[in-house]
Amino acid sequence: MASVALRGVRKDFGRTQVIKGVDLEIADREFVVFVGPSGCGKSTLLRLIAGLEDASAGEIEIGGRVVNTMAPKDRNIAMVFQNYALYPHMTVARNMGFGLRAARLPAAEIERRVRAAADMLGLADLLDRRPGALSGGQRQRVAMGRAIVRDPQVFLFDEPLSNLDAQLRTQVRTEIKKLHQQVRTTAIYVTHDQVEAMTLADRIVLLRDGRVEQVGTPTALFERPVNRFVAGFIGSPAMNFIPARLEGAEIVLPGMRLPCPALAHRGGDGAVTLGIRPEDIWAGEDSLRAPVACRFEAVAGVVEPMGSEALVMTQVGGVDVQVRLIGRAHPRAGERLRLAMDPAQIHVFDGASGVSLR
Amino acid sequence: MKGGRPGRILAFTLLLLGGVVMVTPLLFMLATSLKTGDEVYALTFLPRAPTLENYVDILTRSPFGRWFAVSFTVSTVSTLSVLFFDSLVGYTLAKFRFRGRGVVFVLILSTLMIPTEMLVIPWYVMAKSMGWLDTLWGIMFPGLMSGFGVFLMRQFFLGVPDALLDAARIDGLGEFRIFWEVALPLVAPALSALAIFAFLGNWTAFLWPLIVTTSPGLYTVPVGLASLSGEFQTDWEMIMTGASIATIPTLLVFIVLQRNIIRGIMLTGLKG
Repeated sequence: MASVALRGVRKDFGRTQVIKGVDLEIADREFVVFVGPSGCGKSTLLRLIAGLEDASAGEIEIGGRVVNTMAPKDRNIAMVFQNYALYPHMTVARNMGFGLRAARLPAAEIERRVRAAADMLGLADLLDRRPGALSGGQRQRVAMGRAIVRDPQVFLFDEPLSNLDAQLRTQVRTEIKKLHQQVRTTAIYVTHDQVEAMTLADRIVLLRDGRVEQVGTPTALFERPVNRFVAGFIGSPAMNFIPARLEGAEIVLPGMRLPCPALAHRGGDGAVTLGIRPEDIWAGEDSLRAPVACRFEAVAGVVEPMGSEALVMTQVGGVDVQVRLIGRAHPRAGERLRLAMDPAQIHVFDGASGVSLR
Repeated sequence: MKGGRPGRILAFTLLLLGGVVMVTPLLFMLATSLKTGDEVYALTFLPRAPTLENYVDILTRSPFGRWFAVSFTVSTVSTLSVLFFDSLVGYTLAKFRFRGRGVVFVLILSTLMIPTEMLVIPWYVMAKSMGWLDTLWGIMFPGLMSGFGVFLMRQFFLGVPDALLDAARIDGLGEFRIFWEVALPLVAPALSALAIFAFLGNWTAFLWPLIVTTSPGLYTVPVGLASLSGEFQTDWEMIMTGASIATIPTLLVFIVLQRNIIRGIMLTGLKG
């Protein structure tokens, strides 16, 4: 059990700055997900915590001890890798017990821990097999077993599901969540998949270009993104962005003027971006619930039916806007739709900096 | 399989011919070793009255046993040394980032372009100044590492995923144990291939052992056999007998390692 703290952590590879100063506190037993587009530095940050890379500056603390100069093995962590990283020439049992043997634990204790982890993960029948004879999902479970037997203070996961097919991914994702609820060990999980981040995390750390953009619960990031980047990254399908102008207390779109008293105090005019999630646009009868100013009409373009819902592409002032319609009935392409934006869910971002204005 | 039936017949015929061309000299060597001295120049392939007398003679009346022991010692020690040091250097070049890594690799590669004939004089000067002339160590030292082996092992280690080494670091292994227990077992085919190349290279080496040794007791098999060839008379049946015996260790090495070697050579072919 341990908390993790990063203070002013930086990492340079030659002249390239990969991590540009990260401060973060992770509480004991918390499940934190690092998410961001590829190249944002999330895996590097995880490797810094693991001790597989040395920080160029700043302090890394695990369980109250500064670990910057400690070898990975002394940090009391365990890591699950993207490609499983199982030793191909060893059996499942040997793979799982390898770290314990390196730590010179008695054979009986190794056997006991390996068996306990194997039982927990449903691997008991596979202990004598080699990784080559296992399916992707089984390999991933062995990799988790290897982490569990070490009984670490912190679990580190580096995109552990990216090599699994969609169905298995959902299944293993649930297993990871269940596992965390059982063992309650602090966990740091890296992914580029925002759905994984939303479903697993107690808190999400959203990174871009080596900097933290926002830290918060999944709901906080979804409902109160601090800037346009966070708003666009979290949520699937992604938030619609429409260029607009702020005139006093009104947001002016082509053919629409939305009252927005909350922004009146800013005064003056300026370019802004209006953000609205596809599910916050109402259609048909529902659209009548919105104030008149929020209503508009648009023609359905591409329609993607998905059974219980449909994604419909329309245009507002020449900008593509996606609408998510719940229900089995869905419009046909070319049909004229009556739509309205949910006034409570409209986001406004500064046109230049992208910072959220409300 | 590509090609039709005629194509296959042609291919197999060519392969068969190639096989005959390769094997005939070896069979001739074996046949000659079973002939008496009078029969050597008679143009028959098979001995009229096969005899093992030559084998008894070479083992009892010449220092062949001693040459064999020298060759075996030199080849075994050199092979083990090449396996250990070349894989260590190859691993370091493949898996560690350090200043000058590229330069070191190119320098090692460039040694492949220098022929042995150019090196024997510097080797000789070195051996003389170190007092290694006419010693076992003198025969061995140039073959204890090879640029080719470093290159081969580096290429194979490049294929070992870094995540495995990272996993071992987190499992608490030191860098040498990671090399020894995780990386090395994964390149076993390459080790087998390198072992056979190194063993054969040392077993058949002629020029350097000839230059560095003067006492017949320190001759290797090729040098010893060559010494049987005199200015006026050559005991061909003896040379063929010695050569026949000398093929045994290489055959054994090949049989023991062949499955891995073929895999290894195939893999190197793909990699290169």
